[in-house]
Amino acid sequence: MESYVLTLMIFLPLAGTAVVFCLPSQARELIRWTALAFTVPAFLLGIWLYQHFDTTTTDLQFVVNVAWIESFHIRYFIGVDGVSISMVLLTAFLCPICILASWNIERAEKGYFALFLLLDTAMTGVFCAMDFFLFFIFWELMLLPMYFLIGIWGGPRREYAAIKFFLYTMLGSALMLVCMLVFYFQAGAIDGIGYTFDLTKLPEVARHFQTEPLLFGFSMPQIMWLALFVNFAVKIPAFPFHTWLPDAHVEAPTAVSVILAGVLLKMGTYGILRVNYPLLPEETFLFAPYCLAALGALNIVYGALCALAQCFIEPKDMKKLVAYSSISHMGYVMLGMASFTPEGINGAVLQMFNHGTITAMLFLIVGVIYDRAHHRRIDGFGGLASVMPVYTGVMGLAFFAAMGLPGLSAFISEVLCLLGAWHTHKIPTILGALTVVLTASYLLWTIQQMFLGKPREEHLNLPEINGRELCMLVPLGIVVVVMGVYPHAVLDLLDVSLQGLNQVVLQAGDSAALASR
Amino acid sequence: MNLGSVESLAYLYPEGVLVVTILGIFLADLFVQDKERLGNIALIGATLALVFTSGLSFFGLRLIDGLQASGQGWLFHRMIALDSFSVFFKVILSLSLVGTVWMSLGSREIDGPNQGEYYGILLASGLGMFFMASATNLLVAYLSLEFVSLTSYVLTGYLTRNRRSGEAALKYLIYGGVASGTMIYGMSWIFGLTGSLDYAEINAALLQNAPDQLTLFIALVLMLAGFGYKIAAVPFHMWAPDVYHGAPIPVTAFLSVGSKAAGFALLMRFFYPGLSQSVGDGLWQFAPGVEWPQLMLILAMVSMTLGNLAALNQQNVKRLLAYSSIAHAGYMLMGFVVLSDEGLRAMLFYIVVYYLMNLGAFIVVMVVANNTGREDLAGFRGLAWRGGAVPAVAMAIFLFSLTGLPPLAGFIGKFYLFAAVVKGQFYWLAVVGILNSVISLYYYAKIVKTMFLDEPTEADGAVTLDPHNGSLLAVLSVATVILGVYWAPVFDFADRSTRFFMGS
Repeated sequence: MESYVLTLMIFLPLAGTAVVFCLPSQARELIRWTALAFTVPAFLLGIWLYQHFDTTTTDLQFVVNVAWIESFHIRYFIGVDGVSISMVLLTAFLCPICILASWNIERAEKGYFALFLLLDTAMTGVFCAMDFFLFFIFWELMLLPMYFLIGIWGGPRREYAAIKFFLYTMLGSALMLVCMLVFYFQAGAIDGIGYTFDLTKLPEVARHFQTEPLLFGFSMPQIMWLALFVNFAVKIPAFPFHTWLPDAHVEAPTAVSVILAGVLLKMGTYGILRVNYPLLPEETFLFAPYCLAALGALNIVYGALCALAQCFIEPKDMKKLVAYSSISHMGYVMLGMASFTPEGINGAVLQMFNHGTITAMLFLIVGVIYDRAHHRRIDGFGGLASVMPVYTGVMGLAFFAAMGLPGLSAFISEVLCLLGAWHTHKIPTILGALTVVLTASYLLWTIQQMFLGKPREEHLNLPEINGRELCMLVPLGIVVVVMGVYPHAVLDLLDVSLQGLNQVVLQAGDSAALASR
Repeated sequence: MNLGSVESLAYLYPEGVLVVTILGIFLADLFVQDKERLGNIALIGATLALVFTSGLSFFGLRLIDGLQASGQGWLFHRMIALDSFSVFFKVILSLSLVGTVWMSLGSREIDGPNQGEYYGILLASGLGMFFMASATNLLVAYLSLEFVSLTSYVLTGYLTRNRRSGEAALKYLIYGGVASGTMIYGMSWIFGLTGSLDYAEINAALLQNAPDQLTLFIALVLMLAGFGYKIAAVPFHMWAPDVYHGAPIPVTAFLSVGSKAAGFALLMRFFYPGLSQSVGDGLWQFAPGVEWPQLMLILAMVSMTLGNLAALNQQNVKRLLAYSSIAHAGYMLMGFVVLSDEGLRAMLFYIVVYYLMNLGAFIVVMVVANNTGREDLAGFRGLAWRGGAVPAVAMAIFLFSLTGLPPLAGFIGKFYLFAAVVKGQFYWLAVVGILNSVISLYYYAKIVKTMFLDEPTEADGAVTLDPHNGSLLAVLSVATVILGVYWAPVFDFADRSTRFFMGS
């Protein structure tokens, strides 16, 4: 069990893809239930994983490490540590919910669910892979299902959104491919390491790079850090690589938006923690104030301003507002990561988890109203509170959580990020803290316009939120409340590994400072 | 080991089978009424050639003993070489022949009373390519290349009532004539400089008494016209779009897969064992004064960039695939310029992968053309929603594989090419290659978009897949996926095949 659990979690959905493909396309109900049946076990395994995870060590756990392609030293090497465990759990948690959210997909269900399960495999694989090559394969594997999910089942401008997402991500991952190869061959040139893609061995390699300037005054490892950063920044998405995100979100079907915001964006920051931090710690220390802290603060402010703008400018799309709020909230993650303080880095990963649950709720809420009214203009509703009281209650929880209300999950993680960052980056922290006002204003404005006041006539008969939708939203709501009161449920998982990672970077930064003196 | 004419015949099973089949087809054409049967004869002949060449490869040449333990040697008084490199290409070429004949049997275009000639000439073209892959003498190199070209002209113009086909054949002929004329002029300079047409002797002469650099450089550039024309690399690519567009689809597939592979075989054998020497550790060094890698580096970059940029706006799928094949010549040349065994075997591996995905893509084009008579992008509109879900999914697999997305074979192919480039520290080349992959995604995805994302109109008509074409399509698409996940056996095959015989 120990060693198979991750493999099962990764490949169960893939088996689901195969099974769904074999079902007749008329059996719609059967296809849906099959898809659900292949995601729920992964979630149950996730609970088992949570219980058996050893929080006192920085070592990888539940490791499988076998040769895949001998001649190129590629290994099937998977495992989890504190950096990845929360993301694996988040993915396993969100996927069944997304299958539920896809229940009323009405075109080519077979293809939809098959692709969705494939996406599930790829995402879990990215968070578990500890071999760079394997990581890359899973990373790229996400593109194809995502392209089709947005492109076939999306909104009116789905083709544009799908290809834009595809091109942006492909450009980033192409840069990662070259960096990966440079690491591989550099490792081969060093005695005692030899050719390898093993992410746990590659940190040794960084020390052996040539440090003289190569291009525009940047040395080889610095260029590689920046190339890797661009790849991950596209996924986060960090300003100025963010423009694909609003398009993709607006056009994507609800469940795909949930996965996109809930899991895919986290891959950007996760990738930086998994690749940039340990492999190039010195460069991380050098670039973090600019690329992570400054860009993070910019993300926070810019995302919030764009979201606020959705309240006033056409088409006043609620989904676009939520999409921009994601950009803003991911900025806190970047800021926390850049702090190199225990609180900051813990807060960053906790924020990744919390944002995953909160933003999933927000997109599901948008989806619920869109299914009923077939539009999602903020100014197109009014007084929904009296028509759909239960829905309004759930909405309130999610919106106030996104606002950072104390007692709900995002408050803890955002405060941790800001507290940590205060020591090292004063101005970005102040900007980040002040933006809370902007966040509150766009969310409250939306609540006021949509839920308060007098209901519109055409909306008087809107049906209340149904059981299936509550099944998606209530578990998320429970997590949001529990994490607000008892953040240690996740924080304990992360702490030891993240502090270890933080020390690696700090030591590299110190020794670089000594060397330059 | 150097064999004379009569002894050599014993080692020429694959070619012999082809010759017999070709003659048999021409003979049978005189009295067989059902011309479809001639295609079946051609299929049997091509399959037999494949069996014999695979036998040569996988049984370590044991099928025909008599050669040394090393299993390689010169045949016909050093005119051609029988070594693992040539056997590798013979396997690929006979696979292309089998695939093309299979395609032709299921094609609407290749129908009618002239089928006998078509199949005979197709196999003859394949025969010429076998010799291209094993030539170790400039004379044979030239003759085989010319033989392949002449047969290709005829195949391109096979659709006698189609003006495009005729135009394509004429253009091909004129370009080909100029290119081979230029090449043979270059060869004469080489002969003048070294006093020999034999690769091994040219190599020895270049290493011993370094000839005038400028003269040698000009000679090589002139020769490149011929090689570059066969592999469709810039600036000798101009024929490709028109010919690919005008030729019958199976012929286009054959030109893009077989002809290109044979061209690369000729190129690699002349430039590696001919002009360079192995310096151990898997590295090669070119003869002093011959700066061809720099030249080829630029050609590689320009080929892929120009091919990809020109493909962006194509509306005819065959034409688009023509530009994509120019770009792919550029990618493959990346492995050529790094002067290492890694680069060579990456090229060989890529040729296998390219065979699978490009042939597959052309089969889908043919299936659509068979059903609707259209080859333009609009003919693919909503293919997945009007009965053609299987070809559409297969096409998506091939196109994403051509882009180089994992977990498909094309990614592994590109991965090895980039690995060789990064190892040789040609970072700029790697960056240009990477950017090109991203550009290419746009137009490949455009086809996928048309097939899946666009709604079909009433007038588009249904597309059905017959079992004949479907079976080959299934084999190729499954192979493309499997090679993306587990490719070690093919890679080992490519690795074993990078050994040239240059005399013991």
